Amino acid sequence: MSIKQNPGLDPLPDFRNLGVAARILIAANVAAFFVALAAASTWADALDAFVRAAAILEPVLVASLTVLYLAAPWLVRVSFWRGSALVFALVIFLTAATHAALGEIVALDRARTLALAGALTLALLAYLRLHTKAFSPALAEARLQALQARIRPHFLFNSLNAVLALIRRDPKRAEHALEDLAELFRALMSDGRSLVRLADEIALLERYAAIEQLRLGGRLRLTWELDHAPVDALLPPLLLQPILENAVYHGIEPATAPGDVLVRIERRGDRVLARIENPYQPEHSHRAGNRMALANIRERLMLFFDAEARLESRVEGARYLVEVEIPYRTGRTEAAP
Amino acid sequence: MTELRVFIADDEQPARERLKTLLADIAAELPARVVGEAADGIETIEQLPASGAQVLLLDIQMPGMGGLEVARHLAALPGAPAVVFVTAHDRHAIEAFELNALDYLMKPVRATRLAAALRKALASGPASGERLARAASGAREYFSVAERNRIALVPVRDVLYCKAELKYVTLHTLSREHLVEESLVALEKEFAERFVRVHRNCLVARSAIRGFERAAGNDEEPHWLVVLEGVAERLPVSRRQWPIVKDLVK
Repeated sequence: MSIKQNPGLDPLPDFRNLGVAARILIAANVAAFFVALAAASTWADALDAFVRAAAILEPVLVASLTVLYLAAPWLVRVSFWRGSALVFALVIFLTAATHAALGEIVALDRARTLALAGALTLALLAYLRLHTKAFSPALAEARLQALQARIRPHFLFNSLNAVLALIRRDPKRAEHALEDLAELFRALMSDGRSLVRLADEIALLERYAAIEQLRLGGRLRLTWELDHAPVDALLPPLLLQPILENAVYHGIEPATAPGDVLVRIERRGDRVLARIENPYQPEHSHRAGNRMALANIRERLMLFFDAEARLESRVEGARYLVEVEIPYRTGRTEAAP
Repeated sequence: MTELRVFIADDEQPARERLKTLLADIAAELPARVVGEAADGIETIEQLPASGAQVLLLDIQMPGMGGLEVARHLAALPGAPAVVFVTAHDRHAIEAFELNALDYLMKPVRATRLAAALRKALASGPASGERLARAASGAREYFSVAERNRIALVPVRDVLYCKAELKYVTLHTLSREHLVEESLVALEKEFAERFVRVHRNCLVARSAIRGFERAAGNDEEPHWLVVLEGVAERLPVSRRQWPIVKDLVK
């Protein structure tokens, strides 16, 4: 599962989509009604005018939508402007044909009917274009990229500083630390659009924790409860690492005494439950940053799982805890992690 | 050349190691000796005065008490050290340092920058408390009383009321009184969220207010006294402050 999509050029609306068809039908009829209302002086006249207009409008609508439905697979390959010109020509042609057949009966002026049909077509095409742009997967993708977890500069520079301190005294450890840092950054800079295996996210958590351990030493006491973690479960990349980073930043760094951080991941039926706990520091003042990070993760969860995922944070006694629940899904990832 | 006495305060052990390594690297051009180390703000305050340090390399993000507040308390010390702040990344702090001409280094620190900063700090001496206060972003968490070789800290949250007398302010906690050399006006401004003025010469902790008593005035207009949690003394509320103060108790 992924919201990645082919980089579509600039397609016409999908005329096989029920929503698109419904929007066209409703908008066209409402517009016709208002045109009738504007031209008439009484309600009765307006209704009469609308009924006569409908006699032309409905056949044209049905015929156009049918043609567009059939032509849809071919239309997606045409550019927006050329496609629009074709749609416009089609509607004008159908309107002219219908008018030729029924114009005598409904007593409508030919030029006026064609002008209205043309204007309506252009207005609808413009509206549908705006609508597609606003809700396109490309936009969701852009949002995801913007939401993708970013590393705190504070963490980066302090980590580099810690590695520098190690280089002469313990070159082996310094090497490992740089390797960990590199992997962390590779994950941070990869595209955040395809799901990864839980095993990979756990590996990332451990690399991140190793770096923090280097900086903070005994102040950071980590407990991992991963025995029941479904390592094949799929989840958005970097879902848990920012939560662990928050736990260290808000729970350990502001404290003079050592503190415990717990990471527990388990499967419960068809759900995966992750829980990260840290000591609660009520005096600490960077709470706004934490809220933003959590809101960010929540939005990413929504883009991936919609209402099927849950993220909760609360204070329980002296502990601050964050819980993430996602549906347990396995399968092939679409991109190599 | 005599050795420069340096004190290092940083909560991360590798960061302290790194600074020591760098000091050793520049020893040929600037001989220095580390006379003390601390891993948090309070420890720095406790250990620095007796260390005889001339320069303090001070991390600004430390548990317990941030570097800027540490520097503010130390500034009152006779023979206060020159301070060079060290930070990994804190845009606000760096802006404040620039604005108030305070010396700072960015992590990871380079040997040449460290040498330059130490020389500069030595030449310019300690920054004044006012300059440091201007660079600070918020209220302090402690009051400090500088003695000859130590600094006594009084947590702001323990102070029930502050009373001005001549050029001093007396801080009253449950158990003790402390004289500090500050002005009531400055305290009122810095701790506006915590203290409220009840009288020309008195601020009280908002959270300690339990109620009011009417003074048994005989001839003049009656006035009010504020009752504070754990304090036997009743403090007069001036007529001017009464409209502001009276709504503070529920």
